[in-house]
Amino acid sequence: MTERIVIVGGGTGGTVLTNRLTDELATEIEAGDVEVTLVNDTPEQTYKPAFLYVAFGKKTMHEARRPLADLVDLRHATLVVDRVTGIDTENKHLTLAKDDGGLDYDHLVLAMGANLAPDEVPGLKEGGHHFYGPNGAEKLRDALAGFTEGHIVLSVIGVPHMCPAAPVEFVLMADAWFRERGLRDQVEITYTYPIMRAHGIKSIAEWATELFEERDINLETFFNAEEVDPDAKVITTMEGTELDYDLLVAIPPHTGSDLVTDAGLGDDGWVEVDKNTLEAKNADDVYAIGDVAELPTSKAGSVAHYAAGTVADRLASRVRGLVPTETFDGKTICFIESGMDEATFVEFSYGDEPVVREPSQLLHWSKLAYNESYWLTARGLI
Amino acid sequence: MSKSFQPDVTVDSRGATCPGPLMDLIGKVKKLDAGTVIELKTTDSSSSHDVPEWVAKAGHETLDVVEHEDEGYWSVFIETTK
Repeated sequence: MTERIVIVGGGTGGTVLTNRLTDELATEIEAGDVEVTLVNDTPEQTYKPAFLYVAFGKKTMHEARRPLADLVDLRHATLVVDRVTGIDTENKHLTLAKDDGGLDYDHLVLAMGANLAPDEVPGLKEGGHHFYGPNGAEKLRDALAGFTEGHIVLSVIGVPHMCPAAPVEFVLMADAWFRERGLRDQVEITYTYPIMRAHGIKSIAEWATELFEERDINLETFFNAEEVDPDAKVITTMEGTELDYDLLVAIPPHTGSDLVTDAGLGDDGWVEVDKNTLEAKNADDVYAIGDVAELPTSKAGSVAHYAAGTVADRLASRVRGLVPTETFDGKTICFIESGMDEATFVEFSYGDEPVVREPSQLLHWSKLAYNESYWLTARGLI
Repeated sequence: MSKSFQPDVTVDSRGATCPGPLMDLIGKVKKLDAGTVIELKTTDSSSSHDVPEWVAKAGHETLDVVEHEDEGYWSVFIETTK
């Protein structure tokens, strides 16, 4: 009998997993013992870390997109471009928007990422920019290009959010960008964060706080935006603070997927999983990787990448009737831009406190080189 | 002397690391009326200090912090004031 593996979501996690599985199980797939299907609601993948560079006019959206058909091995996997509208874990069946028959599975991997929910904060949609989506990044690029004086506020409203280093990178890049253009004296920059320090990870918070002081970037902590008044250009917080802005760049609240909640796989749309096996706690033969998985680590592409490797290995063992032994240790790797021509780098696993390296031009080039070679990661090659 | 309060709402953040428990609490406080008693359960020792700090800053009240040594977690009891 053929074992049907269905992967929902064609981002980093979904494509790496598809390619690792088709590589590992090529013999079984060719023999008809295993089928691998990737379902995504668009025919393309977008490399989201590019948005940060789009905002500063350093990349275009065209460079950030590739057809999924070019990224996965279609000799050994089927690509279905459709939207999953329901998950029935009892009957192991997915309903689809276009295909009435839906899809049956024996093993299901959810990798749908996270969604933006700006509506959770009144006035945010009208009053704030963001660089967490293609349209937002392009609109912010235009707003920044025309901004010559005033107060830019970068406000981290939602935690957890995708790419946790990006807000720190944004203000450090903005500082350097305005300096290069001779406008820094006319531009005030403020960074706000919801908790008592500048970042969830203590060592990154300490590193960023020191840099902010050096570069004259204001820091506001315990800052949880409750409302934005787009006409008066004021943010009001739960803590009773009011902050004026001329240009607001906000990290909007994030949510998981309603599909997850409706299927009973986790409250708030994040799939509750064992942090080491990535198996869903509330259903059999269901896994989650990437941002949609509720894991005690960052929502970062590298987490999706390494988690996909673990699930590929565990699934290969399962379909071969072996006991899976591979586990995920929370491995995360992040390059962090600290200006327009320097960057640092951190790596950590569950429970580790990362060491922030001295920023250098070499690490900046390494980040740019990785951005270019990312498509090899998606193909499962690096 | 510590005493336990009867919570109206429980936020179970056991297993989550900082800033998870505080963010779970903040997300819940946003949706609740004044006078609601919340119990935040956390296994993260720093949260037992950081959470009362935020509660004070936001103008709510920390009623008690109870350590459940045998089970390895803390209960932080908070009452919303607005």
